[in-house]
Amino acid sequence: MNLTLKIWRQPDATTDGAMHTYQVSDISDDMSFLEMLDVLNEQLNEKGEEPIAFDSDCREGICGMCGLMINGQAHGPEVTTTCQLHMRSFSDGDVITIEPWRAESFPVIKDLVVDRGAFDRIIQSGGYISANTGSAPEANSVPVPRDKAMRSFNMATCISCGACVAACPNGSASLFLGAKITHLGELPQGQPERDARVVEMVGQHDHEGFGGCTNIGECTAACPKEIPLDVISQLNKDLRTAMKHGH
Amino acid sequence: MALLDGTTQLNKPPVQVSDDARGYYTLGEPLVDPVTPTGPIKDRWTTRKFDNRLVNPANRRKMSVIIVGTGLAGGAAAATLGEAGYLVKSFCFQDSPRRAHSIAAQGGINAAKNYKEDGDSTHRLFYDTVKGGDYRSRESNVYRLAEVSANIIDQCVAQGVPFAREYGGLLDNRSFGGVQVSRTFYARGQTGQQLLIGAYQAMERQVAAGTVQQFTRHEMLEIILIDGKARGIIARDLVTGEIQTHLADAVVLASGGYGNVFYLSTNAMGSNVTAGWRAHRKGAYMANPCYTQIHPTCIPVSGEHQSKLTLMSESLRNDGRIWVPKKAEDCEKDPRDIPEGDRDYYLERIYPAFGNLVPRDIASRQAKNMCDEGRGVGPKVGDFRRGVYLDFADAIARLGEDGIREKYDNLFDMYARITGENPYETPMRIYPAVHYVMGGLWVDYHLQSNIPGLFVAGEANFSDHGANRLGASALMQGLADGYFVLPNTIRDYLADAPFERIDESHPDVVAARTDVESRISTFLSINGTRSADSFHKELGTIMWEYCGMERSEEGLRKAIDLIRELKASFWTDLKVLGTADTLNQSLEKAGRVADFIELGELMCIDALNRRESCGGHFRAESQTEDGEALRHDEEFAYVAAWEWGGDNGQPVLHKEDLIYTAIEMKQRSYK
Ligand SMILES: Cc1cc2nc3c(=O)[nH]c(=O)nc-3n(C[C@H](O)[C@H](O)[C@H](O)COP(=O)(O)OP(=O)(O)OC[C@H]3O[C@@H](n4cnc5c(N)ncnc54)[C@H](O)[C@@H]3O)c2cc1C
Ligand code: SF4
Ligand code: FES
Repeated sequence: MNLTLKIWRQPDATTDGAMHTYQVSDISDDMSFLEMLDVLNEQLNEKGEEPIAFDSDCREGICGMCGLMINGQAHGPEVTTTCQLHMRSFSDGDVITIEPWRAESFPVIKDLVVDRGAFDRIIQSGGYISANTGSAPEANSVPVPRDKAMRSFNMATCISCGACVAACPNGSASLFLGAKITHLGELPQGQPERDARVVEMVGQHDHEGFGGCTNIGECTAACPKEIPLDVISQLNKDLRTAMKHGH
Repeated sequence: MALLDGTTQLNKPPVQVSDDARGYYTLGEPLVDPVTPTGPIKDRWTTRKFDNRLVNPANRRKMSVIIVGTGLAGGAAAATLGEAGYLVKSFCFQDSPRRAHSIAAQGGINAAKNYKEDGDSTHRLFYDTVKGGDYRSRESNVYRLAEVSANIIDQCVAQGVPFAREYGGLLDNRSFGGVQVSRTFYARGQTGQQLLIGAYQAMERQVAAGTVQQFTRHEMLEIILIDGKARGIIARDLVTGEIQTHLADAVVLASGGYGNVFYLSTNAMGSNVTAGWRAHRKGAYMANPCYTQIHPTCIPVSGEHQSKLTLMSESLRNDGRIWVPKKAEDCEKDPRDIPEGDRDYYLERIYPAFGNLVPRDIASRQAKNMCDEGRGVGPKVGDFRRGVYLDFADAIARLGEDGIREKYDNLFDMYARITGENPYETPMRIYPAVHYVMGGLWVDYHLQSNIPGLFVAGEANFSDHGANRLGASALMQGLADGYFVLPNTIRDYLADAPFERIDESHPDVVAARTDVESRISTFLSINGTRSADSFHKELGTIMWEYCGMERSEEGLRKAIDLIRELKASFWTDLKVLGTADTLNQSLEKAGRVADFIELGELMCIDALNRRESCGGHFRAESQTEDGEALRHDEEFAYVAAWEWGGDNGQPVLHKEDLIYTAIEMKQRSYK
């Protein structure tokens, strides 16, 4: 198929960006969206134009490195990551708009690449269980009921891609936060630090400039790992409990 | 299996008679691991831990370690050394440590816990791993790996890794990759992600505590040696282009594997050999570089545009049956229209005892044989159809579609998304792909390379897997190295502190930095016609064709010539646009491809020298009468450790004999 691409180009964080239009041809159904961009980049390089910068690594939907706004939707029209979106989701002659994640807390580095360092800093603030190497008890000494283990697992599948933030009109990272709180909070190992964790992480979230959650639900609709909205209720509940405990 | 205690030598040192690579290399001094332990095998690690010198907690704050890589090996090491109180600087090229390639591992992690009372033990895990590696790994290292494996699970559970559990709340495990005990722990099809998040979170906790400093989007481009010791790295900030000097008392490379030398592989796009190769050029030995693992169950290539290959977990072989049409004419037909009688379930036919569960190298090679015979299925790429069927029809009849969905749902979805076909209705198509490398920088029992102060962990080193890696053992090795081995061995090195103080004006530091700068400006000034990617693709085609699943003397010689031509044209015809002072992905790529080209040549020389079939490495000149791989222990039971011979010289081969004291070598048989 032949496509018209409107792509955001921005040389660096401090220079203004603009949309540029490119044509690509001979795009086949079974290319991934990023392979389509590879084809464009190879053409640009040949013409002496600098290729478009975008992030990706695993290209398997698991590392969370890729992420683009495609026609205004985080990761594009399907519930998946950008690297797992395939061109069969588009048709010959389509005009496709491609932009970087838009959120104040994810500044653009160049073209389609943004800085998601804020997510690491949120984890640093308390998104872990303190267990020094070598001091762990025998693994089966703490049984975890299967339903709790399952729920914990489901929330641990968050790949930290940031689509939830990009999709949220408030630029909130509550879904990401809720997923981590629930992953660790469902486990017996996660209890000792449960109150402190939620308080610190929410504090860091706000400090990074992410917006508040007003329950719009765009986050969960865009999430490639289908993290459900109820983790945000869990987040709020944990936060209230921690307050009650005097945190 | 004989239980031997490890006090008597069981094999004779090898004597190489053939010399296929004559003219391509020079022979160096034999190599001996200077810290190899002796005595009863089960006591070796315990004794060594005790014998290694200690470092007083108050002194640790003054000692610094650079760790390149944040995968399971590097992330776990950073967390552990940070907890111990050392000053750690951690580097990765992704935007977050949590995105290291380890995150993609699907199947699981082995540990000798014997939770199922099915006869597992440290000794059995040790035995399986050595045998699975075709007796080309070091027994002391592998025993230690098996020994610490159980602690890994404890550690990860304590961190909140949500492993699969049984109804009673205890950990579940399964058997994997043809092993006869259930020792594989897993977290659905995302074990790598969950283990890495555990290590990452532990590391981020240390970042908050101030013991670990994290440098993301930074690429190590050179190692700094002073008086023969590793004392730092030169890194490029990939966002600003700034060339930085980082100094420390010791350097750890945990930079992963180099399977991307083949261009198409299951590795992440950024995986590369640069960290190891830069060290190699400064004197670190590269061991067994030609040992590549090919995974049998990947989604086949669909066209020229393909940028990477996707693995389908090996667990699928537990229920899927593998076949191709008996007649080449049937290859274009809808598989559902090919009657039972016209199907060749070739693994079940050739290996009735193991059937579809034969080891990876055998499953891979037979798939290639079927396609080479003209019985491959799926679309033609070039002149060939490269695919075989993995059919779930029987399993669906037996377990129902829901039963299959429960077991493999995410894999089936992934397949459908990538291929556009519904695997519940029509058989999947699979083909082997490069997956992992067993070669890597040479290390001793302490994971130290032949350069003092340079340690290597995880897939970047060579020591534990031999010529073939069993499923679920790379994750185990990465975490064993990072959590338990390295912290115990590096302290023995650091106990020599204080090291001489150096600063950035030291001539060797300045020289390393200048080298990096001039290399970058060369890439930008060649101004030829071809992208780095196009050179990478061409290299990949050569490597896969001649140094892939099957190798021959003639093919390898041809490949070496082709790679040399490619190298010459790379340095004259490369085109990298943009500048060095911003994010420039083409520039990053150019540096990685330049190193891959040199590595590719060494891999071919190593493969040419090794005239035996071993693990995933099938040498056409070394097969049994019925076409099975034939190993030559009497000639090749050694580690090939290559020393850089200079830009215009030949690589120097150092051989480290593999001596077994606890396991007797046996030829493999899966018939
Ligand atoms: C699809 C897939 C599935 C797999 N499944 C399994 C499985 O089920 N079980 C199993 O045991 N194994 C599996 N493996 C293998 C296993 O995942 C890897 O061998 C292992 O994770 C490697 O870990 P590592 O820590 O050595 O390196 P990696 O995880 O590859 O990490 C490398 C790190 O080094 C950094 N780095 C590299 N070069 C530089 C540089 N020059 N400068 C700065 N940083 C650098 C990277 O940023 C990264 O942080 C699988 C592999 C693949 C590809
Ligand atoms: S919650 Fe979903 S959308 Fe948000 S970072 Fe995690 S995986 Fe991405
Ligand atoms: S590139 Fe890893 S999730 Fe898309």
